[in-house]
Amino acid sequence: MTRDIPAVIWPAVIWEENKMNFRAFALGTALSLTLAAPFGAGVAQAEDSNYVPLLTYRTGAFAGSGIHIANGMNDYLKMLNERDGGIGGVKIAIEECETGYDSQKGIECYEATKGKGALVYNPYSTGITLQVIPKAAVDKIPVLSMGYGLSAAAVGNTFPWVYNVPVTYWDGASVIIKYIAEQEGGLDKLKGKKIGYIFLDAGFGREPIPLLEQLAKDYGFELVQYPVPAKEMQNQASQWLNVRRDRPDYMVMWGWGAMNPTAVKEAVKTRFPMEKFIAAWWSAGEEDAGAGGEAAKGFKTLNFSGVGTDFKALGDIKTLVVDAGKSQTNPETFGGALYNRGVLNSVIIAEAIRTAQEKTGKKVLTGEDMRIGLEALDLTEARLEEIGLAGFAHPMKVTCEDHAGSHPVFIQEWDGKKWVKATDWIEPMKEQVRPLLEAAAKDYAEKNAPWPVRTEACPN
Amino acid sequence: MFYREAGQFKTTYEADQALFPIRQDRIAMGLILAVAFVAIPLLANDFFLTSIMIPFLVFSLAAIGLNILTGFAGQLSLGSGAFMGVGAYAAYKLTSIFPDANVIVLVLISGVFSAGIGAIFGLPSLRIKGLYLAVTTLAAQFFLEWCFIRIPWLYNYNASGAIEIPRREVFGVIVTGAEALPLTRYFIVLSIVVVIAFLVANVIRGRIGRSWMMIRDMDIAAELMGVRPLQTKLLAFGVSSYICGVAGAMMVFFWLNAAEPSSYSITLSFQILFMVILGGLGSIAGSFLGAAFIWILPVFLRFLPGLFGVEVAAESIQHVTFMIVGALIIFFLIVEPHGLARLWQIGKQKLRVWPFPY
Repeated sequence: MTRDIPAVIWPAVIWEENKMNFRAFALGTALSLTLAAPFGAGVAQAEDSNYVPLLTYRTGAFAGSGIHIANGMNDYLKMLNERDGGIGGVKIAIEECETGYDSQKGIECYEATKGKGALVYNPYSTGITLQVIPKAAVDKIPVLSMGYGLSAAAVGNTFPWVYNVPVTYWDGASVIIKYIAEQEGGLDKLKGKKIGYIFLDAGFGREPIPLLEQLAKDYGFELVQYPVPAKEMQNQASQWLNVRRDRPDYMVMWGWGAMNPTAVKEAVKTRFPMEKFIAAWWSAGEEDAGAGGEAAKGFKTLNFSGVGTDFKALGDIKTLVVDAGKSQTNPETFGGALYNRGVLNSVIIAEAIRTAQEKTGKKVLTGEDMRIGLEALDLTEARLEEIGLAGFAHPMKVTCEDHAGSHPVFIQEWDGKKWVKATDWIEPMKEQVRPLLEAAAKDYAEKNAPWPVRTEACPN
Repeated sequence: MFYREAGQFKTTYEADQALFPIRQDRIAMGLILAVAFVAIPLLANDFFLTSIMIPFLVFSLAAIGLNILTGFAGQLSLGSGAFMGVGAYAAYKLTSIFPDANVIVLVLISGVFSAGIGAIFGLPSLRIKGLYLAVTTLAAQFFLEWCFIRIPWLYNYNASGAIEIPRREVFGVIVTGAEALPLTRYFIVLSIVVVIAFLVANVIRGRIGRSWMMIRDMDIAAELMGVRPLQTKLLAFGVSSYICGVAGAMMVFFWLNAAEPSSYSITLSFQILFMVILGGLGSIAGSFLGAAFIWILPVFLRFLPGLFGVEVAAESIQHVTFMIVGALIIFFLIVEPHGLARLWQIGKQKLRVWPFPY
């Protein structure tokens, strides 16, 4: 068996023949294109811009959530380009790469974009985040996994290149437990309660389990787990049948994409009391709760980004980007919960770029500068006001030790038509979470030994 | 004219039975190896190596593995993704238990576990045939995937349920983990693939390969002629799973660096099966062609608009790629159901008689 003779001559040679020439020509062309493709991956970015690749997904099973995030991230950065001409006078070069939430494609996107001077990566998938974390230190490009990914990455001294500001999943889970305790009248009242945990059976949904188990031990409640495999997330009948049998007092959910609306629908169908159904911030989309309609009234999720469109910066996005036809955003979904999440992600990127420019004195940055910017990030109340997003998020500060910061989050409630803020900012149980984070970081470093020791100086 | 073996006389049986009896084939093979071992390492950038060549080689090897079972022995299998997963998890466990052992050897050993599991799931093949066998291998796929999720020992009790490959050195060179150079990983993957492909090509031509093909073509006749169906089929399952297992281990060790159970889902099995069907059932070269078609073509299509300076939204490219690849798959299956390898055969024949076809 051989397979040579340069593929390029193929069509020419075979075209001479009179039989079957069409099919052979087509194959020859396809093959020669495939083999001869030069793959000019290194399309150089303009010298005077800061390049931010966005690993997004508008296709696949998780597109329902991913589209809004992608729109939000894109639009805010585009708005900065339109309104201020970028950050510090330097435009932001934005490039989307479609991952489809698939780890093979995610790593391909990473490899395809890292050579162009990428400042930071936002993988938006726990699987891709886990693949990228070890590479970050080697390629000197930080990873910003805003409120997802590896919780242990909050330990900055072990993971100098990974940032999961403003909170980790573990903080989020602790807020839910704290909220439940508040409803019951104190943490000591949790004893003997049954809390169901329904989650996407992937790295994402499994992240909070160690903390929930620890809290279950500490406070004496029973944790019942209902894993939902990714390929069956649109059919949760069996899980909710078990919920009906087990009758948990509360349900906690870690869902994403098509899993959320399905779960809400099933919960309504099984007549689970919706006000006792609390989900993480990735279930906070309008479509998620909307699937249950009026009957889903009372469904709660965590959130850390603003609700609604009543913010000055969002108004600028509306006029400069969305209405100007420079965005893919559907005006109806503008300002939705997940859209705003995407905006907040870009706010953190933009503020980190600004901080990095101040700290390094450079205008056009590298990944290493960006790391300094992220580590020195201090998004104060005044600064939020300045950028037209007062009250959009809790002020957040990153320190060298703590890359998540365990910032407070709030709980929003579905009123049958839209999300309304249900609580004030709730502090996570830092004193319970932090030791577990430290232990997990140590464990990660041991399992991945030899894990590089931090050599990067602390910019604060 | 381009491809004529006239004047090449064989004077010994060795020459007549050589793997490549025709001189042009030997030259071509030499050229391909030279390109793979010398030209690509010299010319390619990191993206080409890590996102195109390494996945392509890994998938080629997996396709060879499935081709042995489906193409040569005629046993339809939908479990190749899971068997790749067995290899990956076995290699991961081995390297956690023996951190100082040579990781390349561990990857090769991990295939043994995969072979064992493959042979167990191959047992029903003695009684069940065709599509029904595909369903039992589908059961293997789901059961093994369930194991990857539900047995925390397999992923060292990681909270995220994923396996992450630590840094490993072989003779002082970093071969796995984030710091491993793409070139190092490429050479390891390439060497393993070349060696296994060469071995398989030889096994296929010999007694074992022929007995597989006999079982495929007519199992009763084969049995009457003294081929034992149980041993032969189980051997095919074992060898196929071994190769898939090694490919799966290479996938996570030398390409992805971390894998969730969903990396080895039914999607992967179908991916490999499409490669085999498109490339050509019962052809080693076809496995490479099929892998190139399924893996490289979409990557290339994604860069095509950029090469012409056209700005297209990332997800539109994805949608268009899906459509083009899907349409091409249907096109090829209609026009040439025997796959790309068969087209190459036809092309070879045409080259032989050009410019005076008869």
